Amino acid sequence: MNPLLLRGGRVIDPSRGTDGVADLLVLDGRIEAVGHHIAPPPDTEVRELGGKVVAPGLIDLHVHFREPGQEDLETIATGAAAAAAGGFTAVCAMPNTDPVTDNQAAVGFIVRQAIRAAKARVYPIAAITLGQKGQQLAEFGELVGAGAVAVSDDGHPLVSSHIMRTALEYARTFGIPVADHCEDPTLSAGGSMHEGLVSTRLGLKGIPAAAEEIMVARDILLSELTGGHIHLCHMSTRGSVDLIRRAKQKGLRVTAEATPHHFTLTHERVEGYDTHAKMNPPLREEADRDAIRQALVDGTIDVIATDHAPHHYDAKEREFDEAPNGIIGLETALSLGLRELVEPGLLTLSDLLARMSTIPARTFHLPGGSLAVGAPADVVVFDPDARWTAGPGDFRSRSRNTPFLGASLVGRVELTLVDGREVYRRG
Amino acid sequence: MSALGKDLLGLEGLSREQIQLILDTAEPFKEVSERPIKKVPALRGKTIVNLFFEASTRTRISFEFAEKRLSADTVNVAVQGSSVSKGETLVDTARNLEAMRIDMVVIRHPASGAARFLAERIRSNVINAGDGKHEHPTQGLLDLLTLRDRFGRLEGLKVCLCGDVAHSRVARSNIWGLLKMGAEVAVCGPPSLLPRGVEALGVTVFHRIDEAIRWADALNILRLQLERMEAGFIPSLREYNRVFGVTSERLTRAPRELIILHPGPMNRGVEIDSDVADGPSSVILPQVTNGVAVRMAVLYLLAGGAPDWAADPSRVEER
Repeated sequence: MNPLLLRGGRVIDPSRGTDGVADLLVLDGRIEAVGHHIAPPPDTEVRELGGKVVAPGLIDLHVHFREPGQEDLETIATGAAAAAAGGFTAVCAMPNTDPVTDNQAAVGFIVRQAIRAAKARVYPIAAITLGQKGQQLAEFGELVGAGAVAVSDDGHPLVSSHIMRTALEYARTFGIPVADHCEDPTLSAGGSMHEGLVSTRLGLKGIPAAAEEIMVARDILLSELTGGHIHLCHMSTRGSVDLIRRAKQKGLRVTAEATPHHFTLTHERVEGYDTHAKMNPPLREEADRDAIRQALVDGTIDVIATDHAPHHYDAKEREFDEAPNGIIGLETALSLGLRELVEPGLLTLSDLLARMSTIPARTFHLPGGSLAVGAPADVVVFDPDARWTAGPGDFRSRSRNTPFLGASLVGRVELTLVDGREVYRRG
Repeated sequence: MSALGKDLLGLEGLSREQIQLILDTAEPFKEVSERPIKKVPALRGKTIVNLFFEASTRTRISFEFAEKRLSADTVNVAVQGSSVSKGETLVDTARNLEAMRIDMVVIRHPASGAARFLAERIRSNVINAGDGKHEHPTQGLLDLLTLRDRFGRLEGLKVCLCGDVAHSRVARSNIWGLLKMGAEVAVCGPPSLLPRGVEALGVTVFHRIDEAIRWADALNILRLQLERMEAGFIPSLREYNRVFGVTSERLTRAPRELIILHPGPMNRGVEIDSDVADGPSSVILPQVTNGVAVRMAVLYLLAGGAPDWAADPSRVEER
């Protein structure tokens, strides 16, 4: 692999708080130098990047890659390619596959498929309980040994507070977070959107905000009880933000994520029974969306994660009640962050990149999120000013279920490197 | 395009003028059903499918009579269970119907939004005969017509929808229709059976039936589905009747005569007592009669019937 010199871009490294025009030299898969007027060694490929941003590769703590089990929706290879196209150099794959990622072999399979795909890095998240049935703890030690970076029963609410308690306690042994999909299923049962004025008008059964907040409160209390690290997935309500803020003030080991769709859209998007606005947790009210944005500004919510959830066209092309939850998100996340958070002046570009790379890496104890000299060259280059409209041909994902088809987006990924290797180049 | 647009999906999307037009168009159609030969040729040559994914007796028969009295050719399709359990998706059903070149589809479906889903995917006119908990526009229209018959006006009328508003498509269509026609609307029931934020639609909320009786000119008493008790929304049917049931004893305390509507089928002794249902203030059977006339009006207008013909359907034949 020839050396690569990224010349004259705006190099932003949130891990060190640096932001300025510089050159970045990649040599042997590592960041060799960052500075001004770097003299390229022989055989160096030089790319002139005036006006472009050079940043640590984005890291997504929450994706669903459907392999094994539903490879017609997404595979690890197509998902990792979509990730690279979205500027992500690493993603964490949730375990609700078929079979469930609840054993060493299943974790190893994901690791191997990701190596074979050779696009973005894919870190497995293993199940908390066997089969995600919420009854018996999976073997965390074996799972971590095989490559799991966290545990979660995402997709299936973990109802038993006792199991959540023991999971938080037991996970401390291995220093991994327990990521929870916070939902009280007795409150959400049968619901297909946020409970509010829109659900009343559309005649759809609603999911109240309390269905999430009850579990957020429980998890925070259990984190306090156990000292375990709870990571709260896809937070969607103002009440959840308030609970997390108080937990952080107390110094508890609580981290949280929010998705681009929850900081962008509200339940009004469901008007017309648009199944691409059906997700769990559901799109909430404007006050909730604004609280999520504010939480990303003040750090109450640590990271942006996509909850990338591929589904077939056919599956979404049906009655609202019967359509599956979720949308793809990897290839629009950065653009939505730029459009919704940076353009209105809520976050600086560096802060956005921190919430999408540096802080996710710290939260799950992953490498990356930094342009430090000597670090693996996981790098994204994007044009922060590009304006584009997302069309069906713009996606590497195997699925197209997104409410952002046809949306005007801001910022476009030009180049993604993993270990200095080009895993995506636009055009 | 007809005066109503392509489809009738709900009353939320109609203007006051369109509702007025339907009600006025229904007036002369009432007379058709009183004739010895109950038929006008307005929809001769039109083919209509009554596509029912949910059991229904009254609504399906009412539509079928309306269609036949307008001389349309009709086919009834009853799909038991959801389309998914039958293996064919609603979109495939829609495409198949389209391929058979039908003119109109009357659809009843357990999923909110199903009528709209169909309407967006086929060129035929679609009439919503009840979609989940969303709307049942022809029921709302026949309720409006019955109230107008009785009071001579809708403007300023005080109508209270009583009972399981949360799960009721009839309630939603009534709320929109009545508000657009200038009536005052209230809902009455335990908070567990009222939808979140309903007052934001512009309705008054009562939790005690006696308050509703004191306030209203007419009560529209909604059917209480027995499964609501099993799902924990109310403790028992007995208690429901004692606290929320409309009884003749309660009605004696009304400050004025109160007209009683019920969309049917009734649970006698639960939401409504028999002596109320069968009493002099009940317009439950006139509702059913009006149902046919309103549906004839909707079918006629969607098929492109011009408002000036509607004043006298017997003249249709002359054209």
